[in-house]
Amino acid sequence: MELDPLVLSRIQFAFVVSFHAIFPVFTIGLASYIALLHGLFYKTENPAWERLAVFWTKVFAVVFGMGVVSGIVMSFQFGTNWSNFSQAAANFLGPVLSYEVVTAFFLEAAFLGVLLFGRGKVPQGVHLFAAIMVAIGTFISTFWILSANSWMHTPAGVEFTDNSFYVVSWMEAIFNPSFPYRFGHMALASFITGGFVVAGVSAWYLLQGRDVDANKRALSMCLWLLLILTPAQALMGDFHGLNTLEYQPTKVAAMEGNWETREGVPLLLFALPDQEAQENRFEVGIPKLASLILTHDLDGEVPGLNEVAVEEQPPVSIVFWAFRVMVGLGFLMIAVSLAGLVLRRGGRVYEHRGFLQLLRVMSVTPFIAVLAGWIVTEAGRAPWLVYGIMTHAEGLTPSLTGGMALFTLLGYIAVYGVVFYAGVYYLTRVVRNGMVPKEEERLIDEVERPMRPWSATHIPFDDDPAPAERS
Amino acid sequence: MDMFDLSLIWALIIGFGIMMYVLMDGFDLGLGILFPFAPDEDARDVMMNSVAPVWDGNETWLVLGGAGLLGAFPLVYSVFLPALYIGVFLMLAGLVFRGVAFELRFKSRKNRHWWNRAFCWGSSVAAFAQGAVVGTYIQGFETENFAYVGGAFDWLTPFTVLTGIGMMIGYALLGTTWLILKSEGYIQEWAYRLTPKLLVGVVMIFFAISLWTPFVNPVVWQRWFGNIEIIWILPGLATACMALLVMSIRQRRELLPFLSTLGIFLFTYLGLVVSKWPVIVPPNYTIWDAASAPESQLFLLIGVLFVIPIILTYTAWTYWVFRGKVKVGEGYH
Repeated sequence: MELDPLVLSRIQFAFVVSFHAIFPVFTIGLASYIALLHGLFYKTENPAWERLAVFWTKVFAVVFGMGVVSGIVMSFQFGTNWSNFSQAAANFLGPVLSYEVVTAFFLEAAFLGVLLFGRGKVPQGVHLFAAIMVAIGTFISTFWILSANSWMHTPAGVEFTDNSFYVVSWMEAIFNPSFPYRFGHMALASFITGGFVVAGVSAWYLLQGRDVDANKRALSMCLWLLLILTPAQALMGDFHGLNTLEYQPTKVAAMEGNWETREGVPLLLFALPDQEAQENRFEVGIPKLASLILTHDLDGEVPGLNEVAVEEQPPVSIVFWAFRVMVGLGFLMIAVSLAGLVLRRGGRVYEHRGFLQLLRVMSVTPFIAVLAGWIVTEAGRAPWLVYGIMTHAEGLTPSLTGGMALFTLLGYIAVYGVVFYAGVYYLTRVVRNGMVPKEEERLIDEVERPMRPWSATHIPFDDDPAPAERS
Repeated sequence: MDMFDLSLIWALIIGFGIMMYVLMDGFDLGLGILFPFAPDEDARDVMMNSVAPVWDGNETWLVLGGAGLLGAFPLVYSVFLPALYIGVFLMLAGLVFRGVAFELRFKSRKNRHWWNRAFCWGSSVAAFAQGAVVGTYIQGFETENFAYVGGAFDWLTPFTVLTGIGMMIGYALLGTTWLILKSEGYIQEWAYRLTPKLLVGVVMIFFAISLWTPFVNPVVWQRWFGNIEIIWILPGLATACMALLVMSIRQRRELLPFLSTLGIFLFTYLGLVVSKWPVIVPPNYTIWDAASAPESQLFLLIGVLFVIPIILTYTAWTYWVFRGKVKVGEGYH
């Protein structure tokens, strides 16, 4: 079988970007949560808030470090595998992606160090300020990255001549039509991810009866937050979908599994899309609901996949099923948040073991939902790299062979496998170690030699065979 | 913006960034290369401790350089990376492994030897790949119509293997002279003993490359043996720095060996730049051919001019805070 560099490059990009995305999606939400905890401590001086802030800052440090490591690889992907695209789109993407780097460095230089190592060394107000700036900084990074990504979905503010894009209006290009929706959807997703992870870890501590006071507070906060955010996200997703219907109708057709433009389209709950036959082999749906959602009219007309040539259709099964995974998990999250509200009566929410166990499991669901959502939007764009202007095939590096692409794909899987294993293993240890600092940790806190993100945590990576010598 | 040649400004910024990267990440990569040869585990602790607070700041220059190239000279980005496809992967894999080793070596006891290996191999592979990039740059790239059309292993020739090994030895030399500055006792003694041997290696490869380069590339030959005599001052200064290094080692000086090694790198780098200037994607494209649109260069310039002073200040501050000797058993865990 001939190795296709195009397919392999797409798989490689999907792999490295998914692997990378896991970390920021969590740290963005977590950074705001940490800032909030610092704010509460500043205001109330209740030490429980501080314990929570210190603990979650450690987790933040580890996840942030893994995000940085995997992000370095990302910044070279465009050049190695998509050089024609890089060359063509550099006038816009170059500055925008560079601004993300510039923002990140500025932040790291100025505020991250203070947040991670400043406790007890700078005034409490300064520490709070640093926490807020780090939280804001994560959003500025998100802003640039999503602007670049959205521009590839809904290119605007540019002229395409001689195989290159030239920026005519920076405002229009940066704030392109799909950007506000994508940004809102992603920002909410980050908050929800942070919320479910914190809720899950707090639930786990409560199950073990560890630091009950602080963890009750954390859990309660998260559940209130999720109660508001999960339905808000459903609404935001709806807006995003309507925007997609306007600019990328084919993607919506694939999400709905709708092959032909017609009126009164059902909402399919289950179907087996058959791309060759251009139809669904089996489907279960609710009559007219898709029309109602997309056009706000039971008999509204919804565009189908037949509007474009077969070779311009995205892989329908992938888009269709990824969309159902995302939406299904979204509704599950709403249900769990509501269950939390019901269980608040009589404080059962902190004691109901079944519910706490459920929360533990739920902490992985936002990650799956986010990845599924990205698969919907990215696979749904195919075959376009820059929508309607440049295809994936046109953007590919011309000198790339299948063998080269396969080599690096396997290489990145191996490298990330090791890094991810070590990182998650270590993170588990941090969480197991818990919130109340041990005596030996306090000792090391005195040592003047920080500056690495992970120095924010002093928990050993493995068990000592002999008692560790301390200096 | 006809008053300014934005491409020229950007060439200076990126040239400066690359120089900063080579000088600063050079010595911490060098320590990684020397890791297996260290006298004992305490010495390894000191070596790692001496760079632990600064190494990731050093690597910011690499990321800034990569992003800046995409913004200012996209042709460089879209020719170098495909041409060096496998090498770039190896370099990134190396940098990732050593980055993780920095985080986890001090947190490990029974798994420490694995992180030692990750640190050494990661550093060595990254250094070799960077040397090979330099060699490939001297060789030139097979391009057609603003795209790379050569093969997957054009970057791996006897010449680039030599430059790769040269870079490893050069970085190791930066490493030992850094260690002379930052350590004391038997560790410093070890670094003093190792430095002259590495310098011999550097000198040999330096001359081999200098003699070979004009034959690999006739344009370079023309540049050096044409009529611009003034550029001979650069190899002259590099040689002077080598002499200074030998002298300072004899006198057991602590700071001067490191500074003179930085000088060797600086003048060699400048020598390389004048060999090619103003060609940036040899042999066909100059900095003006490779440039992005002026409005894009300008848009990015504003942000970069804002952030570079901040990074420099932060870097200087970090080095200042962690100045002085690193002692055995002290420091970062």
